[in-house]
Amino acid sequence: MDHAIQIEQLTKTFGNFTAVNAISFEVAPGEIFGFLGANGAGKTTALKMLTGLLKPSGGQAWVAGIDVQRKPEQVKRRIGYMSQKFSLYEDLTVRENIRLYGGIYGLKRTDIKAKTAVLLEKLQLEPYADQLVAGLPLGWRQKLAFSVALLHEPRIVFLDEPTSGVDPLTRRQFWDLIYEAAHNGVTLMVTTHYMDEAEYCNRVSIMVDGKIEALDTPRNMKKTFAAEDMDEVFRKLARSGS
Amino acid sequence: MRTVLYLVQKEFLQIFRNKFMLPMLLVMPVVQTILLSYAANYEVKNLSLGVVDHDLSPMSRQLVATFGASGYFTVYNTVFSSKIADADLARDRTDLILEIPPHFERDYIREGAGKVAITANAINAVKAGLAIGYANNIVRAYSLSHASPVAVNRPPAAIQVEYSNWYNPLLDYKTFMVPGILGEIIALIICFLTALNIVREREVGTIEQLNVTPIHKWQFILGKLLPFWMISLVMMTVGLTVGWLVFRIPMLGNLWLVFAYTLVFAPCMLGIGFLISNFAESQQQAMFTAWFFLLIFILMCGLFTPVDSMPEWAQWLNTINPVKYFVEFMRLVLLKGATFADIQQNFFTVLGYAAVVNGLAVWTYRKRV
Repeated sequence: MDHAIQIEQLTKTFGNFTAVNAISFEVAPGEIFGFLGANGAGKTTALKMLTGLLKPSGGQAWVAGIDVQRKPEQVKRRIGYMSQKFSLYEDLTVRENIRLYGGIYGLKRTDIKAKTAVLLEKLQLEPYADQLVAGLPLGWRQKLAFSVALLHEPRIVFLDEPTSGVDPLTRRQFWDLIYEAAHNGVTLMVTTHYMDEAEYCNRVSIMVDGKIEALDTPRNMKKTFAAEDMDEVFRKLARSGS
Repeated sequence: MRTVLYLVQKEFLQIFRNKFMLPMLLVMPVVQTILLSYAANYEVKNLSLGVVDHDLSPMSRQLVATFGASGYFTVYNTVFSSKIADADLARDRTDLILEIPPHFERDYIREGAGKVAITANAINAVKAGLAIGYANNIVRAYSLSHASPVAVNRPPAAIQVEYSNWYNPLLDYKTFMVPGILGEIIALIICFLTALNIVREREVGTIEQLNVTPIHKWQFILGKLLPFWMISLVMMTVGLTVGWLVFRIPMLGNLWLVFAYTLVFAPCMLGIGFLISNFAESQQQAMFTAWFFLLIFILMCGLFTPVDSMPEWAQWLNTINPVKYFVEFMRLVLLKGATFADIQQNFFTVLGYAAVVNGLAVWTYRKRV
């Protein structure tokens, strides 16, 4: 079976420092894959390699069947990405942002119009369509950013701490959007610091010091580490690593 | 190409929405053109003249009066001791001392020759040089109009110099400054704006989002440069209009040539701005780097000091100063009516420059971090 993401011995070094140390795993199509780890564990570096932003130092990775090392630009056509920094243009309106990214991904003008209407309705942003994004609450912006990342119907979407700083209710709504996308066959790779969110994932990997220390379903992981919840698993692993 | 249009649309939306940007693009050139053209000129006026008159004759008084009437000098005082005059010069009360020796009138009438001494404060060498030049002219004109009776029998001096000032007959410095300043402002603003604009995207983080999209480097770069390229034309139009309305600067050359040249020159400055942004991590860094280069470019471009009088190494260094070419071009075409044939070397140099700078910018731009 074809994997959405396949990684073999992927490594990134900066001088003497090894940020990502020979990690290997696969992600199945339509899976929600949680990518956990303490700050500085190497999650963001790994994600940047998978999205073609950073050149791997060693190992191989295929995203949507394409070699990241050799054809990063072709990978970019097939993926969506939403970073922890808010990445829409604050001085453009909601509608203008959607139009810009639609245009960048080469959607037709009529398609952009149609998709804008659907998206605004789904997010209930119609009254704010012509307002500057800077004026929207953070949670709304993140939902908008996620929807924009899905605009060109990518098969895989990378979410780098999409919900940091967002209130619990909006986080819940955000995860509804993630489930919906997964239901439509999109593969999602999510990094997060919220352990309750880890429980929502199909499978979870925990990175410690550039290595993947554990990779399993949340249920199995709790069993393995004899833990009540993911929070405890995380603390046990992070402690053993340091 | 469609992608580029979306990016250009986005840039224009952002530019017009930015409360700071439009005033900077339109008001700054107008204010600078007017202000600098009036203030920054080579003319030296209101020179303070100290007179030491040991003769106190009708002729000596007449000579001093001629100085006062010239428009360049104001007679600060007339004293009878060189010491006092020297002290005034030392205290910066006067710029120049005119010393008339005793028996000036008598010698002039009897022998047909007289001498006066001129001492200038040469701390500012340019000012002193000009002051002495003016003084010389006044004394010469005076001696020609008051030919000594003795000298009448002699043949007059064989060679006389007659002046005529071409291309700027009234020696109006504003005429000279406006075209140059216009070139300088456009170069400065578009270079700054490009550098800051791109680094800002890096600071805010939006560039990361663009880098994970499949847009090509050239699309991104065109999307950034095209808007400012068009803006340079608007600035040129505004500047020329102000120059014509306020200063009546001559426009002898073809204005289409001016705009065509602007279209080639602007990418030069845009490319430099882009190149700077590739190496700067914050807007502050970009600002200082851009300022470092622009300051050198502007001070050496020939706007304030003639390039021809710079040392040879500086002139050689100036071959990589894009602003120099622009200022030179503006003066040649507007004041002298140069045609394309006259400036083609300049034109192609700038064209090549733009190609090299932008090539470097594209080459050093990294979609990967």
